[in-house]
Amino acid sequence: MNVPPMIGIDSLQVAFGHGAQRMVAVDGVSLRVADGECYGLVGESGSGKSTVLRAVSGLNPDWSGRVSIGGVEQAATRSKGFFKTCQMVFQDPYGSLHPRHSVDRILAEPVAIHGLDDADGRINRALREVGLGPSFRFRYPHQLSGGQRQRVAIARALILEPRVLLLDEPTSALDVSVQAEILNLLRRLRATYGLTMVLVSHNLAVVANLCDRLAVMNRGRLVEELTVEALRRGDARQPYTQQLLRASQGYDRATADSFRDFA
Amino acid sequence: MTSQTQSSSWRAWLTTDTPQSRAQARLGRAWVGWCAFRRNQLAMVGLLIVLALVVVAALAPLLAPHHPYDQDLANRLQPPTAGHWLGTDGFGRDILSRLIHGARLTLMIVALVALTAPVIGLVIGTVAGYRGGWVDAALMRVTDIFLAFPKLILALAFVAALGPGIENAVIAIAITSWPPYARLARAETLTIRHADFISAARLQGASGPRIVLGHIMPLCVASLVVRTTLDMAGVILTAAGLGFLGLGAQPPLPEWGAMIAAGRQNVLEQWWVAAMPGLAIFVVSLGFNLLGDGLRDVLDPKGD
Repeated sequence: MNVPPMIGIDSLQVAFGHGAQRMVAVDGVSLRVADGECYGLVGESGSGKSTVLRAVSGLNPDWSGRVSIGGVEQAATRSKGFFKTCQMVFQDPYGSLHPRHSVDRILAEPVAIHGLDDADGRINRALREVGLGPSFRFRYPHQLSGGQRQRVAIARALILEPRVLLLDEPTSALDVSVQAEILNLLRRLRATYGLTMVLVSHNLAVVANLCDRLAVMNRGRLVEELTVEALRRGDARQPYTQQLLRASQGYDRATADSFRDFA
Repeated sequence: MTSQTQSSSWRAWLTTDTPQSRAQARLGRAWVGWCAFRRNQLAMVGLLIVLALVVVAALAPLLAPHHPYDQDLANRLQPPTAGHWLGTDGFGRDILSRLIHGARLTLMIVALVALTAPVIGLVIGTVAGYRGGWVDAALMRVTDIFLAFPKLILALAFVAALGPGIENAVIAIAITSWPPYARLARAETLTIRHADFISAARLQGASGPRIVLGHIMPLCVASLVVRTTLDMAGVILTAAGLGFLGLGAQPPLPEWGAMIAAGRQNVLEQWWVAAMPGLAIFVVSLGFNLLGDGLRDVLDPKGD
């Protein structure tokens, strides 16, 4: 009980806009992720799940509440050391790689920023770990497929040897077969390095595949936290979660008619 | 036969999907760009004109049949003959030789402006676009102020303050021509500053200067190069205009605009004195425009 969680979030609130245009995107979210755990954040579009991730990663500095990573309380602006602990993989592999940088340059950059030695060895190791050979090293993103790009993005996140990996819908822009490859890769990396992961997804199957526990979000609030076993059993307490589970099993007219809005 | 296989193996090395080194990847990219550029015949004409200008400027003393300052008052205002291919001017100087030496001045003006104005504009535009907030507001208001001045009039004011001369003309042109580049660079920056790859760079701990220099500027450079090339015709014309007004290059320098000015008293009787430098300005401006159009097809990121 005395071990601090790897990720601790307390009454996180994120709002966009001012005055009458103010929109609260995340409202009082609290959660804990233990060291080595994989935690899923599930919800429909606009539920605020990605916003939570952007606040934790430091991309969005306008939030209130408390965020701690590795037992260290985080301010709105992060130190360089923070980025060595916590890295992120983005949803769209076509947008997350610089179109004019070669894979080599993309991977060399974080090494140079943090002044690490043996850039050459690190780049080759990182490429091997994500299942890309050294032949990919000097290619440009336009010479890679979507799955290969996402592997490069994962290699970029891993090259700093972080302890926390934030995943923002890492497979939703990919083909189903490639999705499975990326998920297997992530599971293997997690086992090898004991990574703590937070996975944001609207796909319950992806979350069930990778995570131990998950939280369901709706309209900026955390509706329910449950384990993956409970999810598999269909053991949800909240009506919103039950509806989400039904929706993920496919549609027929009766199911669709039974849906209601959860404000 | 062997040379053919050799050249095709070079091409395979350049266009391979699996380059083995940084240099090979970079050369391969350049080769693909060159292939796209070569398909545009008008752009090749533009490139040839610009290359010809460079060669003529570099070899001016060897190419010119006469010294550009050698006066021969007995042979003034001669029409084109075998001795003076393009005729002679009011002091009996060979117009062809003066044009050839004037290529050096034109190239110097073009190069100095191309090295200063777009660079100033790129720095101001990307910093304003990336930082946003009061930095953006301050830099862009300065840009607006410079944009509000008529270009040639502001250049005239600078030259009047600094004194006439070709260096001051270059400074005046550079100072008056950077604002459009700043606007262009800022607009490009705004479209990419929220891209995921910029967020990813921030999450690696990259500092603001590193992101602007390494991530944003490379994406703005392409459109700036195109814009600069297209603007070079205007720069040559502005320099010629300043020369024509007597505020650019001073006599006896063979600057093309000043040569037109010198020929304007006898433009009706001895047309070649003003027409030949005018033709040179026209050809070089056209060359830069054609080159710019071709570069736009190759470099503009919206194309791919």
